[in-house]
Amino acid sequence: MQLKNIFKFNGGVHPDENKIISTRLPIAKLAIPKKLVLPLRQHVGHVAKVKVKPGDQVLKGQIIAEADGNISAAIHAPTSGKILKISEEVLPHPSGLPDFCIIIEPDFKDTWIEKKPIAWKKLDKTQLIEALSQSGIVGLGGAVFPSHMKLKTNQNQTINTLVINAAECEPFITCDDMLMRERADEIIQGSLIAQTILGAEKCVVGIEDNKIEAYEALKKAAQKTLVEIKVVPTLYPSGDAKRLIFLLMGIEVPKEKRSVDLGIQVFNVATVAAIYRYLEFGEPSISRIVTITGAVKTPQNYEVLFGTPLSELIKTAGGSLNKQKKFIMGGPMMGFDLPSIDVPVTKAMNCVIESSPELFPAPKPVMPCIRCARCADACPVNLQPQELYWFSKSSQLEKAREYNLFDCIECGCCTYVCPSNIPLVQFYRYAKSEIIAQDKSKEAANTARERNEFRLARIEREKKERAERHAQKALGAQDKHAEEEKKSTIAAAMERVKQNQQENIKN
Amino acid sequence: MENRSPYIVNAPSVSIIMLKVLLALIPGIALYVLVFGLGVIINILLASLTVILTESVILALRKLPIKPFILDGSGLVTAWLLALSIPSIAPWWIIVLGTLLCIIFGKHLYGGLGYNLFNPAMVGYAILLISFPSIMTHWQIPTNLMTNHINWLDQISIIFNSNVFPKETLDAMSSATPLDYIKTQLTLHQPLNMIQQDKIFGFIGGRGLELINLGYLAGGLYLLKEKIISWHLPVAFLSTLFLTALIFHIAAPDTYASPLFHIMSGGSMLCAFFIITDPVSAPTTPKGKIYFAAGIALLVFIIRIFGGYPEGIAFAVLLFNICVPLIDSLTQPRVFGHK
Repeated sequence: MQLKNIFKFNGGVHPDENKIISTRLPIAKLAIPKKLVLPLRQHVGHVAKVKVKPGDQVLKGQIIAEADGNISAAIHAPTSGKILKISEEVLPHPSGLPDFCIIIEPDFKDTWIEKKPIAWKKLDKTQLIEALSQSGIVGLGGAVFPSHMKLKTNQNQTINTLVINAAECEPFITCDDMLMRERADEIIQGSLIAQTILGAEKCVVGIEDNKIEAYEALKKAAQKTLVEIKVVPTLYPSGDAKRLIFLLMGIEVPKEKRSVDLGIQVFNVATVAAIYRYLEFGEPSISRIVTITGAVKTPQNYEVLFGTPLSELIKTAGGSLNKQKKFIMGGPMMGFDLPSIDVPVTKAMNCVIESSPELFPAPKPVMPCIRCARCADACPVNLQPQELYWFSKSSQLEKAREYNLFDCIECGCCTYVCPSNIPLVQFYRYAKSEIIAQDKSKEAANTARERNEFRLARIEREKKERAERHAQKALGAQDKHAEEEKKSTIAAAMERVKQNQQENIKN
Repeated sequence: MENRSPYIVNAPSVSIIMLKVLLALIPGIALYVLVFGLGVIINILLASLTVILTESVILALRKLPIKPFILDGSGLVTAWLLALSIPSIAPWWIIVLGTLLCIIFGKHLYGGLGYNLFNPAMVGYAILLISFPSIMTHWQIPTNLMTNHINWLDQISIIFNSNVFPKETLDAMSSATPLDYIKTQLTLHQPLNMIQQDKIFGFIGGRGLELINLGYLAGGLYLLKEKIISWHLPVAFLSTLFLTALIFHIAAPDTYASPLFHIMSGGSMLCAFFIITDPVSAPTTPKGKIYFAAGIALLVFIIRIFGGYPEGIAFAVLLFNICVPLIDSLTQPRVFGHK
């Protein structure tokens, strides 16, 4: 594995990888649980529309909630069974808030709905995107953006490079690594499909140099294709899309622009593999590979049906079912504490880590910032975290915005290297949410002010109109009077003329 | 629920950083003792004791936890730097008073660790220099140059009670620094090469002092290797001082000492690696660090040559400390994806 033609970004950190522990065993299939809990919102965009009602029998792969509009994704039954109810359940989300879920009671027959493979080689781009909009596939790297939308390009956008994100830079997580080792062909095939749909000239896979087996597997699978496998250094956060694009191509995606504006589209390895399976075998998105690792007895990767209670996965891996135990979803750099072990496995869940004081010691007491700027050296966005901290702490929010707070990707590198143990990222999250809230209330105030001004203007206008009408009326009355006078004068004159005439006749 | 990632950290604590700075001072201090005797150790001990006691009292008054802020070691660094900056035979109350000034006026009145605008050691030093110019400019000559050799016990007694020796003895064992000496002799229209024939001059800088500067250089290289300091500050400082001195030296070699003399004399190396590298009072941007250090070097040279004081480091550093917020705001690096 050689690092060739790589463009290094500023900063980044290299924490203990802790990946080997969960790659000793191959991917295993987790058994069908007694209950599946499928959140209607597992993706970015509109909530899926429920198509079933309690009591319905469903088959494996059947759509139970359909995409609502374009930016949305369908939910399919992960196995055959009966719809129990639709209710609010706690979800694996930092907010810990409950949301609506379809609950399925599996019948353990695992009967597939009639699979409809798609002759993708024969279909054109629009038809393929149309087909994929039913697949339920979303970005499995964690962003969960509906994938068919990312394949759609409008007239003035041309994609020349498809980047396949195989970096998997967060410590502990190995779901992509294992997928690459075991199903490299599906990834390469999926990449080629995505490349064809996008009409991209090039397809580059970016993989960190700590995944030798996965690299070899991809290399082999890509042998007779033009897909390029490029090795990037193991340096967190190389898997961040903008960082990966820079590593591979030396292109900085400008602020407030997306990579597609520069003709680059990025897909995660698991996502393209899912695209391939949907088109080739007609299998929609009903499961994913999840790494269960950390303090559990046997860290391993499992293919888990969506909706499976996390406790099942923990139990199988020999983890603690003690309610006091903490579990982290995602990696140790950007993950979050799960609100409960009863949450379901969702499309976004790539890794679950059982926490322990040895793995993740309690944070040390916070000391004052000594402005050592180690954070600035570690920042992959080249921000000045020590300044942002100062502004966030003192609620100088405008200053924080001016110093590009919103460019912060919350990767955690600054906190990782801080000698004063300052939870920097939390300060930035706070400042961002404050600014967003302020902007919203400002906007609301502006709207209210505009409405009020409009109302006042309307009242003023109506008053004026009324006054005008009155004036008009008064004027009209006067006119009438004058006209009558005129009429009577004319009538009198006519009378006189008549009389004169009559007198003349008489004379 | 609060999102408290990242869950892992990997950073040396503030205490470790400060400890390494103290460690890096050891070679310089060892050479100091070798050349000038144990006086400097007494000063370091006095300064350390003063800093611990004063900070404990102030922290208690400010209702702050005492232990973590004593153990962070920043007070000790300030104390040691001041002790190394004053003449080693100065009376004991000079270092005690100086340390008090550093900690009270340089550090805690600004809010303590992390909040000081000025380099605390330089605040103390500048006040001492202005208040007690005579004591602060009478440096001991290397022990091997003394006619009446004094032992370390004598040194200690001089620090605690200067009346134990007759004034003539004291005068015989102290002198102006080489920088100072050149300045005064030049006013007497002596050519530089004659002035530098004096016994207080060594190979490059002052006799003995050049050795200590080498010790600081070694410690500084250790700090660079340990990534405690960034290269920008020492490199910009030393190269600017060197180049400025070089230009003057080429223009008038009889009046201006060689660039090597300048970077190996006075507190040049201490300044380059230990004083301007105080992160709290220095800029944080790479470019800012370069401007800051270069500006200080220029000012140090100007004060050394044209100013009223033999050494200009304290004033130069303090003046540039004022500029730090401005320097930082003008040297913001380009953010990823910005023009």
